[in-house]
Amino acid sequence: MTLIKEIDYGTKAESATRLVTLLVDGHEVTVPEGTSIMRASMEAGIKIPKLCATDTLNSFGSCRMCLVEIEGRNGTPASCTTPVAPGMKVHTSSDKVRQIRRGVMELYISDHPLDCLTCSANGNCELQDTAGEVGLRDVRYGQLGANHLDAPTDASNPYFDFDASKCIVCSRCVRACEEVQGTFALTVEGRGFASKIAAGMNEPFLTSECVSCGACVQACPTATLMEKSVVELGQPEHSVVTTCAYCGVGCSFKAEMRGDTVVRMVPWKDGKANHGHSCVKGRFAWGYASHPDRILEPMIREKITDPWRKVSWDEAIARVASEFKRIQAKAGQDSIGVITSSRCTNEETFLVQKLARAAFGNNNTDTCARVCHSPTGYGLGKTFGTSAGTQNFDSVQHADVIVVIGANPTDGHPVFASRMKQRLREGAKLIVIDPRRIDLVRSPHIEASYHLPLRPGTNVAVMTALAHVIVTENLIDDDFVRERCELDAFSDWAAFVAEPRNSPEALEATTGVPAALVRGAARLYATAGNGAIYYGLGVTEHSQGSTTVMAIANLAMATGNIGRPGVGVNPLRGQNNVQGSCDMGSFPHELPGYRHVSGEGVRAIFEKEWGVTINPEPGLRIPNMFDAAIDGSFLGLYVQGEDILQSDPDTHHVSKGLAAMECVVVHDLFLNETANYAHVFLPGSTFLEKDGTFTNAERRINMVRRVMAPKAGKADWETTMAIANAMGYPMHYNHPREIMAEIARTTPSFAGVTYDRLARESIQWPCNDAAPDGSPIMHVDGFVRGMGHFVITEYVATDEKVGPRFPLLLTTGRILSQYNVGAQTRRTAIVAWHPEDVLEIHPHDAQERGIREGDWVRLASRAGDTTLRAVLTERVAPGVVYTTFHHPVTQANVITTEYSDWATNCPEYKVTAVQVSPSNGLSPWQEQYQALSDTNRRIEAVPAK
Amino acid sequence: MSPDKLAYMANQIGKFFLSQKSEDGVASVADHLKKFWDPRMRRDLVAHIDQVALDPMVRQAVERLR
Repeated sequence: MTLIKEIDYGTKAESATRLVTLLVDGHEVTVPEGTSIMRASMEAGIKIPKLCATDTLNSFGSCRMCLVEIEGRNGTPASCTTPVAPGMKVHTSSDKVRQIRRGVMELYISDHPLDCLTCSANGNCELQDTAGEVGLRDVRYGQLGANHLDAPTDASNPYFDFDASKCIVCSRCVRACEEVQGTFALTVEGRGFASKIAAGMNEPFLTSECVSCGACVQACPTATLMEKSVVELGQPEHSVVTTCAYCGVGCSFKAEMRGDTVVRMVPWKDGKANHGHSCVKGRFAWGYASHPDRILEPMIREKITDPWRKVSWDEAIARVASEFKRIQAKAGQDSIGVITSSRCTNEETFLVQKLARAAFGNNNTDTCARVCHSPTGYGLGKTFGTSAGTQNFDSVQHADVIVVIGANPTDGHPVFASRMKQRLREGAKLIVIDPRRIDLVRSPHIEASYHLPLRPGTNVAVMTALAHVIVTENLIDDDFVRERCELDAFSDWAAFVAEPRNSPEALEATTGVPAALVRGAARLYATAGNGAIYYGLGVTEHSQGSTTVMAIANLAMATGNIGRPGVGVNPLRGQNNVQGSCDMGSFPHELPGYRHVSGEGVRAIFEKEWGVTINPEPGLRIPNMFDAAIDGSFLGLYVQGEDILQSDPDTHHVSKGLAAMECVVVHDLFLNETANYAHVFLPGSTFLEKDGTFTNAERRINMVRRVMAPKAGKADWETTMAIANAMGYPMHYNHPREIMAEIARTTPSFAGVTYDRLARESIQWPCNDAAPDGSPIMHVDGFVRGMGHFVITEYVATDEKVGPRFPLLLTTGRILSQYNVGAQTRRTAIVAWHPEDVLEIHPHDAQERGIREGDWVRLASRAGDTTLRAVLTERVAPGVVYTTFHHPVTQANVITTEYSDWATNCPEYKVTAVQVSPSNGLSPWQEQYQALSDTNRRIEAVPAK
Repeated sequence: MSPDKLAYMANQIGKFFLSQKSEDGVASVADHLKKFWDPRMRRDLVAHIDQVALDPMVRQAVERLR
């Protein structure tokens, strides 16, 4: 094993088709026109010394280290800013440039601490390397003059230090923050010798607008910006490329290791989803893997009020099997089920649904996608033919107008948001449709052309109003519709949306969006060129979630924005493997590959492979499982890697359902909230402890590679296998590659996927004989279902309505620095940014209620109440309040209700009628729950031997 | 399961298919229930068809599940 070091070509690659040939130190090299001499030289194998240049940033030309001589030209130009020319003869190491470089380096070093042996960058310092490359032997100026050697260190950020004494003011950090991340948090303050790097308005990094993505740390050529983990542990000695286990962007990282200890996670430049960028979570928030809260031994108990008792794996697995068999014998084959995890690998998810179908003999398998993107599955399946985003992430580079609906990419999908912001800074237009004024609406160098601040729950009305404008103003792409879509359905749809009752003016009172904004946005989307739609849970988590997804698909088809780079319909998936868990047949009505269980031919494939008869009827969805538990017909549940008590809506109902079950098996890293109601706890493994694959939001299958042994002794797929075997259904895999081989044998869209291929590069499904290299963009020549299908999208108001008791609308979401229920992120230093959930409330609504900034407030709905602190902000409109669900102390889902999407039962998280009033502390429910939690988490002391 | 809750969910499905001009609403609702509802949910709704408030088209669809 070695430390992977990507080649730094110094400047970015050019994509020109015209090639230029030149001579560098006598070596012929041919590169695309526009390439810098520095890059061309590196491609010829000749590294020119550099400090301010790196190939993730635009050329800057400030350090004067990369000077070269060019025959026939005067002077010594900087090779990073000088483009190649045909026949050019470059000399990179003449006496003249060597003398200049050495002289410049002397100046740098005259103001740099000479503490290399004790420096955290020792062994990985570009300044040190460059000093070696230029042959620095002496610093004639000494260090007695004016210098910055006593400049203070800013250690405020929990993950990295800024040691100003080591800064050479190369501006790589400032440029990374601007060009790569797009936050513009850093600047060079002062001039000349007084120049220094400053965060925000010369603030500590932690309190500045820095989002801690780590781009500056990665760009720094010295120890100025350095991970605290490297300071503590030293430089890594080997690295393993793997995939982040946070959001659906699926960033590739190098896990840089010392032995089996992670020293740091560094975004991998060759990662196709992230191209070397990262966010604060993936880059830094992996400390949960070694948090003392992790449970590393299996535990069982008779009743949920008993203390947990640590047992062997064999005893725990035997308990699971005996309990599940007992329940099935008593209450029938359909009385138990599973919930697969979008945080686990494809292979693990595949095994859990197989456990239900083959070992339990039923289809009671569901996944957390039920409560996020299940309407995407239904909506895109109906209109296009399959549940998948249509584009790769790189497609956004070709978009002319970007529509963001019910998504907050800078918080939820930050690395993709940075790509999106790069395109917006290049001139693409932006339309935001969201009740909140999310950061994208207006942030440094970004301003939306239109922000449609719709009333929560009126997505369908807004989308139909947009369609009304496109149809009635003849903005339809007639050729696309005629060639690619079902014309009868299109005609019905066009007639429907054209009805006067669907005009922006007629719907203004419903949506709260001024008609002129809707008209302007529709015209922009339909006429600006390539129109790309990105949407999130603000679309799906409604009683008409599926209808909105279909309305979005209608718009894309009507304007011909499907089937090429720069366009498309792109669901931004929440968790790392939401796409994969859906692909793997986690839903109770679908076998892997989105094929309904009622299909005899599909069942036959799996029946032959698995040697069982598969039930042709759909099983229970997650909300139905709770109902059936209360009803007494569903009594056993195996939950892998999800905290349904905290994440699912209407907590009281969920807890009642869980309490009604006779055997709840929680398979997780921590004693999560669901474990309060569990009878068996099986310790899970982190993404660092197992092999497998994740599939990101662009359908990209990425390798997850084990960098350390499972701390509890088993990878999660091994645990599921053990349960199946104990249940009497044999499962014998030696490695996840064998599971992927089974997936490929049985699932056409994965037919061409193998670990050997994935080891070379990631693949976007479908990957099969028809698409041997995978499918970066879908529906290029035709839709998966054949012809695109327009669907009429009648607006049906939610039954969750405001009234005198509950006059405000609550909508929920998440924040950059926390992830889902926070089980992982809350156990890292990232809590510095978001230590508690807060309630955003408009100053007008707050004033009416006598609420001031930071006050405790009681948030109540007909489902329940909780208390949290108020933040007064105009990000939310009057009448709308907003909170996150990351902290179990708050339990925001005590407030949300049982209403759900008509097609899929996806909960209506985004619309809850609430009242907000001043409070003075925790609610009675919070206190009761805390007491229950304390009781139900007790672990029996093990007597000393 | 709560018959009223099942009826509410079935009526939600009905409201969607009622607006689809080219589809047989009754058949579509029945098909949706068959494709997405666990059999015990369908059985419970059928068993309580006379006690719950179902929209006319939905009632016809549920009748077909008997």
